[in-house]
Amino acid sequence: MADTASLQLSAVEIRDLREIAGTMIPADAALGVPGADDPAILADAVKSVGCDLALIREALAAISVKSDGVFADMDRDAREALIDAYCKMGGPAAAALGRLVASAYYRDDRVLIALGLEARAPFPKGHELEQGDWSLLDTVRKRAPFWRDDRAAAKE
Amino acid sequence: MADNEKVDVLIVGSGASGAAVAWSLADTRMRILCLEQGDWVKSTEFPSNGRDWEARRYTDFDISPNRRGRDTDYPVNDDNSPMKVANFNGVGGGTLIYTAHWPRMHPSDFRVRSLDGVADDWPVDYWTLEPFYEENDRMMGASGLAGDPGVPPRRPPMPPIPLGKTGTRYAQAMNRLGWHWWPSDTTVATTAYEGRAACINIGHCTPGCAQGAKASVDITYWPLALRAGVELRTRCRVREITTDAHGMAAGAIYYDADGRECFQPAEMVILACNGVGTPRLLLNSASGRFPDGLANSSGLVGRNLMLHPWPIVSGYVDQPLDGGRGPITCMWSKEFYETDRSRDFVRGYTLQFGRGTGPANQAIIGAAAGHLPWGRAHHRVFRELLDHRVNIGVACEDLPEEHNRVTVDPVLKDSHGIPAPRVDYALSVNTRRMMEHGIARAEEILTEAGATRLHCSRTALNSPGHLLGTARMGNDPERSVVNAWGRCHDVRNLFIVDGSIWVTSGGVNPTSTIQALALYIAAEIKQRLATLFD
Ligand SMILES: Cc1cc2nc3c(=O)[nH]c(=O)nc-3n(C[C@H](O)[C@H](O)[C@H](O)COP(=O)(O)OP(=O)(O)OC[C@H]3O[C@@H](n4cnc5c(N)ncnc54)[C@H](O)[C@@H]3O)c2cc1C
Ligand code: SF4
Repeated sequence: MADTASLQLSAVEIRDLREIAGTMIPADAALGVPGADDPAILADAVKSVGCDLALIREALAAISVKSDGVFADMDRDAREALIDAYCKMGGPAAAALGRLVASAYYRDDRVLIALGLEARAPFPKGHELEQGDWSLLDTVRKRAPFWRDDRAAAKE
Repeated sequence: MADNEKVDVLIVGSGASGAAVAWSLADTRMRILCLEQGDWVKSTEFPSNGRDWEARRYTDFDISPNRRGRDTDYPVNDDNSPMKVANFNGVGGGTLIYTAHWPRMHPSDFRVRSLDGVADDWPVDYWTLEPFYEENDRMMGASGLAGDPGVPPRRPPMPPIPLGKTGTRYAQAMNRLGWHWWPSDTTVATTAYEGRAACINIGHCTPGCAQGAKASVDITYWPLALRAGVELRTRCRVREITTDAHGMAAGAIYYDADGRECFQPAEMVILACNGVGTPRLLLNSASGRFPDGLANSSGLVGRNLMLHPWPIVSGYVDQPLDGGRGPITCMWSKEFYETDRSRDFVRGYTLQFGRGTGPANQAIIGAAAGHLPWGRAHHRVFRELLDHRVNIGVACEDLPEEHNRVTVDPVLKDSHGIPAPRVDYALSVNTRRMMEHGIARAEEILTEAGATRLHCSRTALNSPGHLLGTARMGNDPERSVVNAWGRCHDVRNLFIVDGSIWVTSGGVNPTSTIQALALYIAAEIKQRLATLFD
């Protein structure tokens, strides 16, 4: 039988993810936005791990090693510096961590509304797109054709 | 093994080319069957229906079959390639998740040997294909604006996508530089068209258009082909094409939706599995008579793979634009398309101008480029980036090189145990020079548009899903796999209509040309029916 526990993050891993996510995107009272460690956003992230589970585990483990297992006890500057250094190294695990946190954070109603966006799926309402300034094309229209005509080249 | 009733025409693959050829051949009243390994995808399944629309482009609508990992996908070993394979396996193939950019090849693209002294000329020319381009534009529903001095005349049936704020900003910069630009042709319906609703600017066109405004062949060609009597069987994965005692194609062995091994006999077989799927199938069809793979006496099946290296240069302007609120394609420039002897490379590229993206993707790409910090500074910088993004793709022509190839992986297999394809690909010196030239021009344009924080993503992230050249056309059986009308030199009732038959790649998105070629081959088949296998 499949070991279902191994198919999702453990309680310890979720706790670590909360600390890391809250460091990556902290709450900001002035802007009126929660942090990525907000319970609803974190729960959304946890349930969205999916096929990136191994990569997320790898990222959590790497950050834990880099912080000697005391990430949560470090001061904010040190935590930010550590995350920054880890993400700058690049690689699939760091990318997966960024993707997970950003995807859950930037679909939260409070976050979208604070950004001046509508908290909804794009379909069915769509958006308005203005035509823009078509008169800009006038100068291009005056240009002579400049694609190579192979028939003309063949005659030469 | 279950045996089916014989059909006249068996098509493998229901993507861009398979759909076009099925529709065109339907008026012959022959019995036509298409086997497709994937499913129909309903418009309600597309990501833009839900609040997780941005995340799903990295899961079940990822452009990489390896990440997507649906049971209808097959894995591809592309470890030894800086460019990764992008595709979609379902009714509509790649058109389900394409971006609907709709340029044609230029006349010069078919004459590269004669005009530029490289690679080979095609056995067909632009003017032979022109009526099929026109027919395909009507069938797919193309939008655009006539009068572009950078390309041969054409008549898109619908008006172009609005420029919007983003396009206007690019256009001002291009005019100051004195460089060509034009609104892109696309297959986004800008007005109601043949039962399709007009675009409502969902802004997330690539992973499927929930509005049905983007022309994928499941909503253009297929409904008409089915109505005309073509049969389409989904979740049928073809393992191999078999041959008879005369070396003619006898039919296909496939696994049906229940995993049963079946044999489908046919008078003729048409492959439309794309530039990776078709060579895989031909190589997997090796037999005593065809030990190196079917139709491979030239040794060229799988070789000359072309993928269109596609650097993307991005930046951020000070004015809010319309990213994520309109089709992502916007306009093109042909300024650097044709060969210019004063440059240090031959051939050329299209510049493709894009709109920005939604908030989650903005955070992901901003962080990946090193522009968006994590931590307390995140919110401030994010607000400077969101909706301020401009980006230009450099669509480079890569020339055919035999060492760039698709083979069958000795280890990797799909869920039916069929050997998976392996891709080996390297960038040539000519391509690298072309890329750097294009990147420098794109940086000039973005700087002129007032953008800062410039960043170039060179190849790995930008694989455009253009899979070309692995069963090339030609008149010489020693130097090509199919003849000038798509028939395999070695097997006279086996045809190929997908991107594998390309001789060179041009510097444009390929699908309008893939389909024009498929319609042309279908027309040739219809004209030659009495002597087709002679
Ligand atoms: C993300 C992305 C964006 C793109 N954007 C553009 C764009 O803007 N403009 C443009 O022109 N092009 C674009 N393309 C490319 C476009 O999708 C392809 O050029 C086009 O779909 C190729 O057509 P085809 O007929 O060669 O193959 P496909 O459309 O790939 O169809 C092949 C079909 O064959 C099926 N198949 C394969 N093997 C088997 C088998 N053994 N048994 C049964 N079925 C099989 C597959 O499931 C698939 O459905 C894009 C592609 C991607 C992935
Ligand atoms: S922008 Fe238009 S084409 Fe693109 S997804 Fe939206 S409605 Fe469809």
